[in-house]
Amino acid sequence: MRAGITIFPGINRERDMAIAFRKVTGKPPRMLWHQETDLSGLDLIVIPGGFSFGDYLRAGAMAAHSPIMGAIRRHAERGGYVLGACNGFQILTEAGLLPGALLRNASLRFLSMDCHLRVERTDTAFTGHYQRGQVFRAPLAHGDGNYFADEATLDRLEGEGLVAFRYATGDGRLAPEANLNGSARAIAGIFSGNLRILGLMPHAEDRVDPLAGGTDGLPLFEGLAAALAA
Amino acid sequence: MRIERATNQALATEFGLAPDEYARSLAILGREPTITELGIFAAMWSEHCSYKSSRIWLRELPTEAPWVIQGPGENAGVVAIGAGLAAVFKMESHNHPSFIEPYQGAATGVGGILRDIFTMGARPIASLNALRFGDPADPATRRIVDGVVRGIGGYGNCVGVPTVGGEINFHPAYNGNPLVNAMTVGIAPAGRIFRSAAAGIGNPVVYVGARTGRDGIHGATMASAAFGADAAEKKPTVQVGDPFTEKLLIEACLELMETDAIIAIQDMGAAGLTSSAVEMAGKGGLGIALDLDLVPLRESGMSAYEIMLSESQERMLMVLDPVREEVGRAIFEKWELDFAVIGQLTDSGRIVVRRQGRVEADIPLAPFAAAAPLYRRPLATPPAPPAFDPASILDPPALAPALLHLVGCPDLCSRAWVWDQYDSTLGGQTVRRPGTADAAVIRVEGQALALALTTDCTPRYCAADAETGGAQAIAEAWRNLTAVGARPLALTDNLNFGSPENPAVMGQFAAAVRGMAAACRALDFPVVSGNVSLYNETAGTAILPTPVIGGLGILDDAAQAVGLALSPGLELVLIGLTAGWLGQSLWLREMAGKEAGLPPPVDLLAERRHGDFVRREIAGGAVRACHDVSDGGLLVAIAEMALAGSVGVRLAGPPADIAPHAFWFGEDQARYVLGAADAEALLAAAEAARIPALRLGIAGGGDLTLPGGIAISLAALREAHERFFPAWLD
Repeated sequence: MRAGITIFPGINRERDMAIAFRKVTGKPPRMLWHQETDLSGLDLIVIPGGFSFGDYLRAGAMAAHSPIMGAIRRHAERGGYVLGACNGFQILTEAGLLPGALLRNASLRFLSMDCHLRVERTDTAFTGHYQRGQVFRAPLAHGDGNYFADEATLDRLEGEGLVAFRYATGDGRLAPEANLNGSARAIAGIFSGNLRILGLMPHAEDRVDPLAGGTDGLPLFEGLAAALAA
Repeated sequence: MRIERATNQALATEFGLAPDEYARSLAILGREPTITELGIFAAMWSEHCSYKSSRIWLRELPTEAPWVIQGPGENAGVVAIGAGLAAVFKMESHNHPSFIEPYQGAATGVGGILRDIFTMGARPIASLNALRFGDPADPATRRIVDGVVRGIGGYGNCVGVPTVGGEINFHPAYNGNPLVNAMTVGIAPAGRIFRSAAAGIGNPVVYVGARTGRDGIHGATMASAAFGADAAEKKPTVQVGDPFTEKLLIEACLELMETDAIIAIQDMGAAGLTSSAVEMAGKGGLGIALDLDLVPLRESGMSAYEIMLSESQERMLMVLDPVREEVGRAIFEKWELDFAVIGQLTDSGRIVVRRQGRVEADIPLAPFAAAAPLYRRPLATPPAPPAFDPASILDPPALAPALLHLVGCPDLCSRAWVWDQYDSTLGGQTVRRPGTADAAVIRVEGQALALALTTDCTPRYCAADAETGGAQAIAEAWRNLTAVGARPLALTDNLNFGSPENPAVMGQFAAAVRGMAAACRALDFPVVSGNVSLYNETAGTAILPTPVIGGLGILDDAAQAVGLALSPGLELVLIGLTAGWLGQSLWLREMAGKEAGLPPPVDLLAERRHGDFVRREIAGGAVRACHDVSDGGLLVAIAEMALAGSVGVRLAGPPADIAPHAFWFGEDQARYVLGAADAEALLAAAEAARIPALRLGIAGGGDLTLPGGIAISLAALREAHERFFPAWLD
């Protein structure tokens, strides 16, 4: 797997992502400055978390118009894989590569805590190393993670099986207290129609180490490494 | 020299210069200062920049150890941590701005301390904050807490440095004077620390970062009438933070530091361009010439005075190797930050400042530094606390309701509501998050070793007896590092007091420093950086003396760190002696309504022996959970361990010779509660080492069961513990 990690000014979890990918591939991923436009040779483009351009306008809105986004769009059109986490998910929705939007958390406060994620399907490059219905823990850390889309879009996402993860209780139930940011239908992550783009709010990349909270996030990276082994 | 506006004693007083200080400025210059020079003198000789009242006492603090690379006097302290690496850390206050505008005051406090760290070449890896607020019943407190917490999160989360720990106290003495003390730790190669002393006559002086505006100019002393300008154009004196620009500045500076371009570097903090230029040139024994027309400005028509005194955030001053100037420019342009050569180093020994071709300031630096005021202010013995006689407690409340009240009171309740708003996992190296251990534990990326970090102070002890309180703050920080298994290395301090012109306050200051110095020596725990914040008072009422300690320790193997959480089957063992000291305890305040008596004595030898024993047992694998006993006493400590592990505890009875309420809620020092799988072996080891140890009970079930059989469900305990903040602020 040849992965590249996109760096917009203000992105701050690029090192965490690099550590996770190095852990499963044994080699450092390529770091991509936001003004680069040549992504040839890369299987997977990662947009990590942070506050791109300060998120002063609207989370992800400025980054969605960076030069590299055109290249990422062409990469996606060619069937390339894209992973956006947190700010990366916000950028993908702002760029129109994933539907919906991430609104202010229902509490109107930044939230930094562990959540439980329920894996909704496993026949994808991203989730192949999880079990269907499996619940895993990951930290979330965001002010704008409240997933929103109109009812028709939500119905379509569910109908086409494009919901990747939902916020759940430790035993896999959906419950208001488990849906920490108030997301529509407890959606924590979604796929594109071809299942090659994943956006999610929590930080699986910060759960790849037994000493730093556990390895619940590791299957996501192991799954990608296995699915995209060249 | 153009004197655009006459300066005189009256104006100097308005600027905050005492008569003898103004006289010194006349002697140095041999003439009246210009308005810009007067601003420079006033800023450099302010209490904040000059430490003129505190310096004479700070000399008593031990600052050296074989592992200390840089002690006080630079932007931050530096200690060797092994593997060729160094930890760079400091704590700094942003108290006054946080009262005026809590969000921006706290946010820019975080930004300022971050700059102190990466200025020295370190990548910041963790931040903490020590906060003191007024009475929760005061509506202003609610607004200030909400704003400060949002400000710390708003800046820290965006700038990309995890906020991993800290502390919060409430007391009416902080009404109108909240304390916001921010600490940051960074990691740098031990052999590549950047300092501020300028070198190389003719070398370019480079300004990088954000543009300069009118924010933060000389706050209270600048009356708009002094300039005859339109008052409406003057911005408030609190600076505005931009964490996005700070993030870019971190990355650009660290990228430039990978080259050999930087000769000296200093952030523009308090007193902005004035203090950075004066200090860099002064430390290097050189002169500096600045052309203010070259400074990147955010607003038009700024005067020399305004540019020199602006405290706009996210700015740095550097001296570069002229050969590599273009390397620097390219890096800063890539990060879309301003980069401007605004002057040169000279052989004149003077700071010469020009604006629109005119010399606006020309001050000889060596005489300027030599004349810096240093005061031995009058001291008075602070008033003694009201006496407390333990025998006066005739009918203490039952243990169970007392515990439920204490774990829910503002000073002891869960801080989850606060730290849930701070990104604590960013970086992927957080081994112990807030609330899970006595100190935060952050692994150094790519290494086995980890740093342990804590902030501590018990202001009510300091108010009752400043010397004991100063020693206790150091001892508690040292204990909290020890309780996670770390070896304490060094500390940074943030000494928050009232007015130094009040002899009783100065008496507290001197006594607290004396207590701190004794504890530092006894525990081999030197001070490597720090900050003094005086004049924390409103209408003549000072805050409680609050010498906050930021402690740093090291674990050679992050896997050895232990936390608070009990697990079923662990036996609880108390290390240390319990006399049942209730003076100044939270039990006395909360259950008997008294803030009285002397604080618990601090036996530094016992601290050392008990702590060294606990650390050795943790390293040997005998300890699965550990918590030091501090605010609230033993039963509160056990309740916190039970809640952290979501497991009950069955407690044995206390010794017969001590009243139960004193045993369970006394705040005797030098104590730890350990959770051990094999209590027999631990007790035997303690006996062999002649360390006092006592079996307390065993973890299991879903209740905290007191001696005598009264059970408190964990659910009830948790509800009491977690109620306060959400109920108050959501």
